[in-house]
Amino acid sequence: MRIELEKRAEVSKLFAFVSPLLALVLTLAFGAIMFAMLGKDPVGSLDAFFVEPLLEVWSLHELAIKAAPLILIAVGLAVCYRSNNWNIGAEGQFTIGAITGSYLPIVFYDWHSPLVLPLMLILGALGGALFAAIPALLKAHFNTNEILTSLMLVYIAQLFLDWLVRGAWRDPQGFNFPVSRDFAPEAVLPAIWEESGRAHWAFIFAIIAAIGVWFMLRYTLKGFEIIVLGQSERAGRFAGFSSKKMIWFSFLFSGALAGLAGISEVSGSIGHLQPAISPGYGFTAIIVAFLGRLNPLGIIASGLVLALTYLGGEAAQLSLGVSDKVTRVFQGLLLFFVLSCDTLIYYKIRIVWSRLRSGAA
Amino acid sequence: MSIFEAILLTVITASTPLVIAALGELVTERSGVLNLGVEGMMIMGAVAAFAGAQTSGSPYVGIICGIAAGALFSLLFAFLTLTLVANQVATGLALTLLGLGASGMLGEPYVSVPGIRLEEIVVPILSDIPVIGHVLFRQDLIFYLSIALVIGVSWFLFRSRAGLKLRAIGDSHTSAHALGIGVIRTRYLAVMFGGACAGLAGAQLSLVYTPQWAENMSAGRGWITLALVVFASWRPWRVFAGGYLFGAVTILQLHAQAFGLGIPSQFLSMLPYAATIVVLIIISHNRRTTMINTPASLGKAFVPER
Repeated sequence: MRIELEKRAEVSKLFAFVSPLLALVLTLAFGAIMFAMLGKDPVGSLDAFFVEPLLEVWSLHELAIKAAPLILIAVGLAVCYRSNNWNIGAEGQFTIGAITGSYLPIVFYDWHSPLVLPLMLILGALGGALFAAIPALLKAHFNTNEILTSLMLVYIAQLFLDWLVRGAWRDPQGFNFPVSRDFAPEAVLPAIWEESGRAHWAFIFAIIAAIGVWFMLRYTLKGFEIIVLGQSERAGRFAGFSSKKMIWFSFLFSGALAGLAGISEVSGSIGHLQPAISPGYGFTAIIVAFLGRLNPLGIIASGLVLALTYLGGEAAQLSLGVSDKVTRVFQGLLLFFVLSCDTLIYYKIRIVWSRLRSGAA
Repeated sequence: MSIFEAILLTVITASTPLVIAALGELVTERSGVLNLGVEGMMIMGAVAAFAGAQTSGSPYVGIICGIAAGALFSLLFAFLTLTLVANQVATGLALTLLGLGASGMLGEPYVSVPGIRLEEIVVPILSDIPVIGHVLFRQDLIFYLSIALVIGVSWFLFRSRAGLKLRAIGDSHTSAHALGIGVIRTRYLAVMFGGACAGLAGAQLSLVYTPQWAENMSAGRGWITLALVVFASWRPWRVFAGGYLFGAVTILQLHAQAFGLGIPSQFLSMLPYAATIVVLIIISHNRRTTMINTPASLGKAFVPER
């Protein structure tokens, strides 16, 4: 048996829409097999994992909380990937954004002012952008592979956070736990609708960012520049666009969004700094970006889907007694299926059962 | 045993997995395929090796399980990128994410289970040479394999007909295809060789380096491996030298921590990652030499005309 590909004359619009859905269905089917192999009832497990978390209002709030950083980061990554810049280090930019944004509420905890929160958000975005500037500088001026440098910086950022919360920024009243002091009320991102759940403003930031970037990509010259340079650097050069400037733009932009996501998460959901502040949001956002077809509006939808895998993982751990690592497996599978289903957009797939028949034809 | 010998031994232990995984990736990349999933294949190898050794009681069965797990896992990547021509960068990332998740799940029953260490094989006579003898000839099987791999890969690439074909595919898949060389088939084999090596490197981590299973115990070594291949400009002996350089940085950093230099341990732990970045800068700033050394088809999809 052999699989042959035949290039389509035109990109299939139908499959561009269907392929992410097909990927979701395949992931669910594989999930069912996996649960069955773990000795669980497949239908009941999928129900507990993917449906039950959607049935209660408080848990919809939790969904928004987890979707917010994913969408924020993925929207920035989409700009990078579309322009053919591979920022893989969003997890590090997220961490540094959380640190720089926490500077005010931790070091100047006596300063009470309505200005604190907006300044924190700005500092967080700046921190993320500056950290992303390192791989950008190295790629633009030293021709260094941005995938590897941005990734190495993730480990550096996490170790730096670890040092801060165990050393300089450790809460003196924290019973020696590696946590910073709790943020004062004016440094906490407010809830959107306090009566019903915890979801906070980060979700609104995420939606605004997605719509803004969608508008930029579709209607502005900058968006055109991103797409042209991404598809062909040569064509972009003839149009007078600079790929060097695009490296800077896309990295600073995605870094700023990741940094904003970082400080929003710390200020809205956690309330202090601690050694681990992200369950891999920066890496999961890569899946979100691809599942959303690198389209900001698609990313809103895919961010919600991936947020559901986090919630489902927590639920599965409680109600099914399955390891919460199942979440990561689902996320990885989903990305695999998204990538393989995308082949259908550009190619017709033919399965040839024997060598002879294709030779005769 | 002197302190000097002890340090040398730990450097070797830290360098071996880097050298092995990087050699595998080197062969993969020489065939024109960029597999960023080394971290994922390595951690799958580590968990499979640990599980295999536990179930059978023999670390050698563990080694075989690790190699098989890495090779099988890499098949997923090969199918997506070679048969379905999916984006190699994104698929490699997917492989790593899936590997980290799946290994965490599969390894859960083995957390804090005491491991089985691969024993040393003492080479008679040679091991009696002072200093060198103890360091080089009282080693475990995986170390000897790593040396054999450096020699073997180097011979294969530059002295054998199959190696010549493999390099030709990496430099121009269309010309190689026109000459009747099976591009896709060779690339499948190269990717699987890379996977098997990553799996063996993973087995070294869970059977020799720290004989136990811990989630994410590969700790970015797979990524450092990818940098090593660039550092070595796709040459096996330079991979060997580079692997030992990085192993030395890792170990000296640990010794510095124990010595108590007054530098916080987290900053010392950053050293291998920072070193990777610095090395990448030095290697790649000359655009022309990197262009000459990089396999010309690296990362490009190939769809045969029919």
